Amino acid sequence: MNPAILLDQVPDGDGTWLASLASGLQYTLSVAALAWIIAFFLGSVLGVLRTTDNKWAVRLGNAYVELFRNVPLIVQFFVWYFVLPGLVPAVKAWVVSLEPTTHQFVTAVVCLGLFTAARISEQVRSGVQALPRGQRMAGYAMGLTQAQTYRYVLLPVAYRIIIPPMTSEIMNLIKNTAVAFSIGLVELFFRTREMGELTFRYFEAFAAATITYVVIAMIANRVMAFIERRTAIPGFISGGAGGGH
Amino acid sequence: MKTMLTAVAGAVVALGFASAPQAQELTGTLKKIRETGQITVAHRESSIPFSYLDDKQQPIGYSMDICAKVVDAVKAELKMPNLKVVYQPVTSSNRIPLLQNGTIDIECGSTTNSVERQKLVAFGPTYFRIQVTAAVKKSSGINTLAELNGKNISTTSGTTAVPLLKNYEKTRSIDVKEIYGKDHAESFLLLVEDRVSAFVMDDILLAGQIANARSPGDFKILTESLRGEPYGPMLRKDDPQFKALVDRTLSALYKSPEMERIYNKWYMSPIPPKGVNLNFPMTPQLKADFANPNDKGV
Repeated sequence: MNPAILLDQVPDGDGTWLASLASGLQYTLSVAALAWIIAFFLGSVLGVLRTTDNKWAVRLGNAYVELFRNVPLIVQFFVWYFVLPGLVPAVKAWVVSLEPTTHQFVTAVVCLGLFTAARISEQVRSGVQALPRGQRMAGYAMGLTQAQTYRYVLLPVAYRIIIPPMTSEIMNLIKNTAVAFSIGLVELFFRTREMGELTFRYFEAFAAATITYVVIAMIANRVMAFIERRTAIPGFISGGAGGGH
Repeated sequence: MKTMLTAVAGAVVALGFASAPQAQELTGTLKKIRETGQITVAHRESSIPFSYLDDKQQPIGYSMDICAKVVDAVKAELKMPNLKVVYQPVTSSNRIPLLQNGTIDIECGSTTNSVERQKLVAFGPTYFRIQVTAAVKKSSGINTLAELNGKNISTTSGTTAVPLLKNYEKTRSIDVKEIYGKDHAESFLLLVEDRVSAFVMDDILLAGQIANARSPGDFKILTESLRGEPYGPMLRKDDPQFKALVDRTLSALYKSPEMERIYNKWYMSPIPPKGVNLNFPMTPQLKADFANPNDKGV
């Protein structure tokens, strides 16, 4: 174990291995952040659809979740990156015109966003269904529409309930970005592997990556615990006093 | 027999190899083999045709045939005709650690003998020499590496082709955009699908991918080369007795007609598992290596 290897120059490249890993980290974080935006909004819409009174909306939501949760993530990456452009000539014409890195980046964001949306939707659904049925009925009794009942009565509490599992999903999303190495995106895991292959210092490379992933996941955990405390309704469920999950 | 061995050993010394120690005391790998009663030969699982598993999951290949000669020599040297031979699959990531920690005794695959690696391990005499070059579609009209300027190319991450390509770009001030595949099949798929103009990799690996393609006639390998890289059997460092045994066994083999037979078996005839013929005649560079066996790295 000799961490000084991180300060060695990358062969025929620019900068040190540390800089190479840091550039990978930028991709990891930006993919995770953008994928989270897709996952959060799409997942919320799907999760709500699955708790409405509309039979077809529920079926649509369920079908989406089954499809995206049951196919391994690495297979989904392969489908988005290799199969889709191979099947649809218009998509292929478009991706060939793109900068290769942009194409990989967009693919990773879309793939992880849609995959995580299925998981978020499951959390949102369970959050809404965890509320007593009386809340929904009280909303309707007061003359609120279904949309208004969700907006003002159900979702504000449901989102608070599901902050702990959402924290896990964020941490999973960050770790899942590593699968994007399979389409050649130069994120943190790709850089780690590359450093191992070219220096044979796997121990140092993977130790650096492990520490980085742990630190990011811990920061995400702390930020979510903070949000949980700040948004807690006094006297209502846990309120995040313990912080951790 | 004794005189012949002496003659070969003499030739080896003349070629600049470390001579076999005269003391009868066994050291290093040979001592370990004598004590444990077995030799562990490392092979790859899909480095066709060097070292791979056939349809019965047995390790076979060009490198394996060559290493079998080393195993025979060890049996003769230690007078252990019933020496147990254990086969251990390795990957490009674990081959060096497993050699260093004693799990394997010799690696027979497709490992480039590089100066960088020589800091960690030793190599036997070069048994193959690849050229790092590009495969393109014939229809693209590309004939030189310089014509790849401004194009997208694919290469496999973690291979020596990556830094070579970057260096070439810098020195020739051309600009190509690399797309990394996680393995050779994926990098080649990008070329088949016209997503890139070229796949930059070792020529023999390109030949392997092309031979297995749906229409091998659509592709060609450029004659220009980024660099030649010697492949050799990988041994533990600082183990002069075993290294000397490997050196003299293989040097004798390379100069014998047997070598051409082994070469033709793997590169000029149909090979398992699919019966594909790589059709890859011996290059002048490799002929030179066989005429003057050496373990020089790049």
